[in-house]
Amino acid sequence: MTLNDLIHNPGAWLASGPAGGGEPHAGIIVSSRIRLARNLEGVAFPGWAGEDECTRIHARVAGILHSLPSLTPCLELELETLSPIDREFLRERHLISNDLAQKSRGSGVVIRQDEVLSVMINEEDHLRLQALRPGFRLPELWTEISALDTELEQSLRYAFSPDLGYLTACPTNVGTGLRASVMIHAPGLRLINEIEPIIKGLTKIGLAVRGLQGEGTEASGNMYQISNQTTLGETEPVIIERLIQIVGEVAHHEANARTRLLEHREATVADYVGRAYGVLSHARVLTSQEALDMLSALRLGCELGMISGLDQDSANRLTLFSLPGHLQKSEGRAIPPDERDQARARLIREVVCRATVT
Amino acid sequence: MHCEHCQQHEATIHLTQMIDGQSRELHLCEDCAEENGLNVQSVMSIPEILFGMGTPVEEDSGEGKASGKSCPQCHMRGCDFKKTGRLGCPSCYETFSAELGPLLAAMHKGGRHIGKMPESRCQGLEKEARLSQFQKQLQEAIRTEHYEEAARLRDQIREAGHDPQ
Repeated sequence: MTLNDLIHNPGAWLASGPAGGGEPHAGIIVSSRIRLARNLEGVAFPGWAGEDECTRIHARVAGILHSLPSLTPCLELELETLSPIDREFLRERHLISNDLAQKSRGSGVVIRQDEVLSVMINEEDHLRLQALRPGFRLPELWTEISALDTELEQSLRYAFSPDLGYLTACPTNVGTGLRASVMIHAPGLRLINEIEPIIKGLTKIGLAVRGLQGEGTEASGNMYQISNQTTLGETEPVIIERLIQIVGEVAHHEANARTRLLEHREATVADYVGRAYGVLSHARVLTSQEALDMLSALRLGCELGMISGLDQDSANRLTLFSLPGHLQKSEGRAIPPDERDQARARLIREVVCRATVT
Repeated sequence: MHCEHCQQHEATIHLTQMIDGQSRELHLCEDCAEENGLNVQSVMSIPEILFGMGTPVEEDSGEGKASGKSCPQCHMRGCDFKKTGRLGCPSCYETFSAELGPLLAAMHKGGRHIGKMPESRCQGLEKEARLSQFQKQLQEAIRTEHYEEAARLRDQIREAGHDPQ
């Protein structure tokens, strides 16, 4: 398995949900993720350790990860061998963070073939374990990532204090080291101008709301990541359960917003979807931001039955593969931004023109 | 809790500041915080809260001050933490425990870890304390309907030769 093989997969966070449908909040809740921050006992954290020490840590940890049954078969990548396009591609698939994408010697990532489980080495912490699946699947992800964590601790001695739990480079992660997050698609709340108060409310009750690409990014394509901020003083199931309840509420609000829009402002929604369809099926130049926003409207149209001939999987695939890293990785070369906007418009047009507005 | 300033609205901004080794807590509502020049939308960095907001980075502080103290394991000083926002090594938690303790309790849902523990560390703890922790986690897992986690904990309790409650 090589990095190039990943391009043939839809990516774990935008893949289809389980067969048979019936997913809770399908179409609104896009994906779920849990990550655990872990460090090695008696070793300086990556930011303080220096490159040589990080390289030694990387070699030791990567070897262990490679042999773990729950990560088999896996792909092991060292950051210093990755091109800017490869880094962007992995970042867009949520397999490496913005921070890891900036690193070089001594940092890496180990990715299970299905992309559900992955481990970043020497990001901010020595280890960042991640479990990622489409849909609303936090309890299942906790079981999976906890099993990986338990398996790993047989071979590594973690930095752990009975009082403070798992010790992390940043005190905001200490304790469980757990960050659970759910990506929601909320164009309805945006259209009725209720998304801002909801974000403010979520922030007040101690949750973080971020954009499509995580920390420091704005919401693009009406995608929002909601995650816990506190990691100490509660058990992992309690943190996860609270997030499930609150995200469920937000998803419920989004469903209500869509119903209200259809009942009272159908022309507004139909116009919003129709305009997006018009642009996507005819544009010759599309920026990444414009494509994300228009594809969000198109997804809404599919889910409300206003667009036929385009399923959610195709809309998801377009959303991912029209991002700069995916676009260039698919073509197998670096493409200048102007030419990239044309390639993006072509990719989307070829799919969207087969759909119709009903 | 009411805002310490207006005594009317709910306090949603909680600050803990260390001044000469003494911690001081301040609880404000959003309006009063903004009136007093705190931008509640901006994220305040932890070192800023710990070692004083808006003060210049001290390269060589006096003996005993948090920013001048250094970790015996990795030699990170408080002023280094202020610059980077990250601790140097796991031992830094012990070195800077006086400064970090109140902050962690205010920032999180309490100052003590009650979640998962590495199995190897459980063996070093008092048997009873360990069982009590498992029992608590089991009750919590059942309450929140995390049955797979509950089954794992139940097995751990049984392996230790006790009955799950």
